[in-house]
Amino acid sequence: MTTDKPTVKNLPIAGIIFVPGSAKEYNTGAFRSQKPILDAKLCTKCGMCWVYCPDGAVFVNSEGMYEINLKYCKGCGICSEECARKAIKMVDEEE
Amino acid sequence: MSAQAFRSIKDIPLEEYFTPGHRACQGCGETIAVRHILKAAGPDVIVVNATGCLEVISSPYPYTAWAVPWYHVAFENAAAVASGIEAALKVLTRKNLISGKKIHVVCFAGDGGTADIGFQALSGALERGHDFLYVCLDNEAYMNTGIQRSSSTPYGAWTTTSPPGKVKPAGQMTYKKDLPSIFAAHGIPYVATATVAYPLDLINKAKKGLEVEGPAYLHVYTPCSPGWRIPSEKVVQVSRLGVQTGMFLIYEVENGQLRLTVKPSRRKPVTEYLKMQGRFRHLSDEDVERIQRLVDERCAKFGLPPLEAST
Repeated sequence: MTTDKPTVKNLPIAGIIFVPGSAKEYNTGAFRSQKPILDAKLCTKCGMCWVYCPDGAVFVNSEGMYEINLKYCKGCGICSEECARKAIKMVDEEE
Repeated sequence: MSAQAFRSIKDIPLEEYFTPGHRACQGCGETIAVRHILKAAGPDVIVVNATGCLEVISSPYPYTAWAVPWYHVAFENAAAVASGIEAALKVLTRKNLISGKKIHVVCFAGDGGTADIGFQALSGALERGHDFLYVCLDNEAYMNTGIQRSSSTPYGAWTTTSPPGKVKPAGQMTYKKDLPSIFAAHGIPYVATATVAYPLDLINKAKKGLEVEGPAYLHVYTPCSPGWRIPSEKVVQVSRLGVQTGMFLIYEVENGQLRLTVKPSRRKPVTEYLKMQGRFRHLSDEDVERIQRLVDERCAKFGLPPLEAST
């Protein structure tokens, strides 16, 4: 049987992980059943969505606007709830 | 020491030291707190993490959500390991083996790892005066293993090991251990409580605790969506209501001086906080009254306005 999974022989001692923050490669967007849609026209850039996001999925793009990274967003809805201008709407994910 | 390092949301650094891609539940309150505490610490930090939710969600092999050096240790010895790291850093600096730059040591543990299992190690480390910040992420039960009661679970809460029934109608029949007061009684330079709904308050307290010479203890109330039986989007709202009703008292004790940092001008009745959570669903009117009376007594001791005057 061939497998590409590492074995005891080629794993580092104590299972040390040498790449800091390697969880970035992991797609947690699959947790989501609803996705947030940010209306840029209503956004006042107060940053509440960014502050309260448990997943760090909200980021500031090159134009200085807040944007949601759907690779990491788990769809908890905190940003939509905390947005003072109600600029973020939660909509159902569709197949 | 800069008293107010972060004046507004815009002062909080954008770098994430607790990276996205961790596997916390939707709307995890704990991870909001951890993100901000690490932002306060910056890159020069060594994190010691007791067993608990945080360790499980952040490190499923071969991934790690930590962009800073991180140790996972057993439930009981997080504070002891942090003491050792702090002592080793001191020796390495004295022997000129590392640069003189200050390296912070931060300990993260849950309420089980602080109030129950890690209690003696922490008490010892505080008494010895090691220079580190201990953060207790208090979600009021053992959420990681399936919502078992801890000594930090409040009166009247449902958990899987304190179910409400005929004999014990309120569920959890004992009262929450007052950890910040216990650790303030150790006479350490800095003790503070915070919650995720007030991120600026939280991040400033973390910064203060890191900069202070000697041990610092930060108690963070972190709502847990599955454990408290609340919808994931209400996590921050519950945390805010906890402060507004007086269930969480947000204060700091700096060199023995107590100061309330978030002072609700109008105190709401505790029912607003209790009604939002499924774990308090079974409570009778007498139980709610009892909780209200206890909260009133505690608030009066801290100089918060009585409920009548505020409605």
